[in-house]
Amino acid sequence: MAKPKAPTAPGAAPSLRLETALALLAQSGQSPPAGEPGSPAWLQGLIDGLCQLSSRDALTGLANRRHFESVLARELDRVARAGEPALLLLVDIDHFKHVNDTHGHHAGDLVLKAVAETLLECVRPMDTVSRIGGEEFAVALPNCPPAFGPMVAERIRSRIERRKVAIGLADPISVTVSLGGAFAPQWVRSSLTLWLERADKQLYLAKQGGRNRAEFEPAAVSQVSAEEKSVLFGTPRWDAGETNDPELPPANHP
Amino acid sequence: MSNVLPGHAARARITAITSGKGGVGKTFVSANLAAALAASGRRVLVLDADLGLANLDVVLNLFPKITLHDVFTGKHTIDEALTEVSGGFTVLLAGSGLVEYSRLTADVREMLVQTIASVAPRFDHVLLDTGAGISDVVLYTVSLADEVLIVATPEPTSLTDAYATIKVLASTQGRRAIKLVVNQKLPGTDGRTVRSQLQQVIDRYVSPGLDVPLTLDLVGEVPTDDAVRDAVRRRQLLHECYPGSPAAQAIAALAARMVPGGG
Repeated sequence: MAKPKAPTAPGAAPSLRLETALALLAQSGQSPPAGEPGSPAWLQGLIDGLCQLSSRDALTGLANRRHFESVLARELDRVARAGEPALLLLVDIDHFKHVNDTHGHHAGDLVLKAVAETLLECVRPMDTVSRIGGEEFAVALPNCPPAFGPMVAERIRSRIERRKVAIGLADPISVTVSLGGAFAPQWVRSSLTLWLERADKQLYLAKQGGRNRAEFEPAAVSQVSAEEKSVLFGTPRWDAGETNDPELPPANHP
Repeated sequence: MSNVLPGHAARARITAITSGKGGVGKTFVSANLAAALAASGRRVLVLDADLGLANLDVVLNLFPKITLHDVFTGKHTIDEALTEVSGGFTVLLAGSGLVEYSRLTADVREMLVQTIASVAPRFDHVLLDTGAGISDVVLYTVSLADEVLIVATPEPTSLTDAYATIKVLASTQGRRAIKLVVNQKLPGTDGRTVRSQLQQVIDRYVSPGLDVPLTLDLVGEVPTDDAVRDAVRRRQLLHECYPGSPAAQAIAALAARMVPGGG
């Protein structure tokens, strides 16, 4: 890779060939960087704009696959260290090819945008929503208790099913989605590929199972369910001879 | 199980010492159990396999230290890395802060197996002091051992994490017998209570999925003891500074049960 030349004076800026960058920003609808062209503040504004551009999906404005993968990788590290449960949800529009074939690609784009909007409405600000492929979306939900997974998936599924997408003069259309979810294995170092594969397997099962539904990987073996905890800490039924123990404090963690 | 290592007769009995949660005294138990075994005439090696965050050297106040990292990188031989300590046993340190090993690569796996295979014939007992939790490295290290000893305290988070570890070991390694040491046992409580709590939930949720039910064997219970706190603070072995303390006696009883044919 060629060593970049740092601009030392405003006059150095043209040698950086910034026209393309400025054109890209303008074309994506972003305002040009503020400040004196070539000044450090202006250049920083331009760099920020390019970073924003390189992490977003052009059509929906969601995180693109590149950015999403970096979010997932960071989440994996956190789960391995802190043991907080994190969920990866894959969301795929059912029979999307049919939408394109019947109503045209413009309608297809409107559907993609509508699904993107609905996804953003269904999750928390801390979650990352991404368009990772043609009609495939993904949501990373950090610190998501296992019981919340199916609730979030159902919220997404039903809202998208109910949503009418206006496609110009024709009648509005609606679509359904299938979802696949997998939790990152707590305390275990996993890999990005593995996590995506596991969620993808569940998505496949949802498609196989008739679409417009969600499938989740069964709880990882290292997870301890509330039911198991209640047996572990519940009313003890000791054998005779083991009865003189003060009761252990109840499990007070989630 | 450990088909990567030679058979029993030729080598030490390998015991993995692990815990679900950190901070339950796993390394303290490892070091003091080693000293107690050594005191009864056994040749003992403690391999600090907590590759991410080793701290046996801190517990034993070791300096200078040649570590497994130096062996892996070819700076020292394995014999130079084997350190005899005052407790009459030998330690092999992974080296603190070897963060690159917290991700288990095929190379590290291979080096661990080679290391253990090469030193095991010289000892009667090899204690693998693993990291806490259920990381790849911990699971892999445990998979090299003939038996697993879980250290837990009666505290709920420790029990929950110990149970999670037991479940994983049952399903991923086919473990059907696991040894339990209850550490920091409060006065008036009973390690058997802790064991039966764990065994009850194992019987209900783990064993039904197994060919043979999993049994938890309580092999030791170490009471909360001011002597322990003081020994840890002074970075000394319990039997050096407080040989008659209740905790030291508990560790000696545990050692007696660890010798084949004992307990």
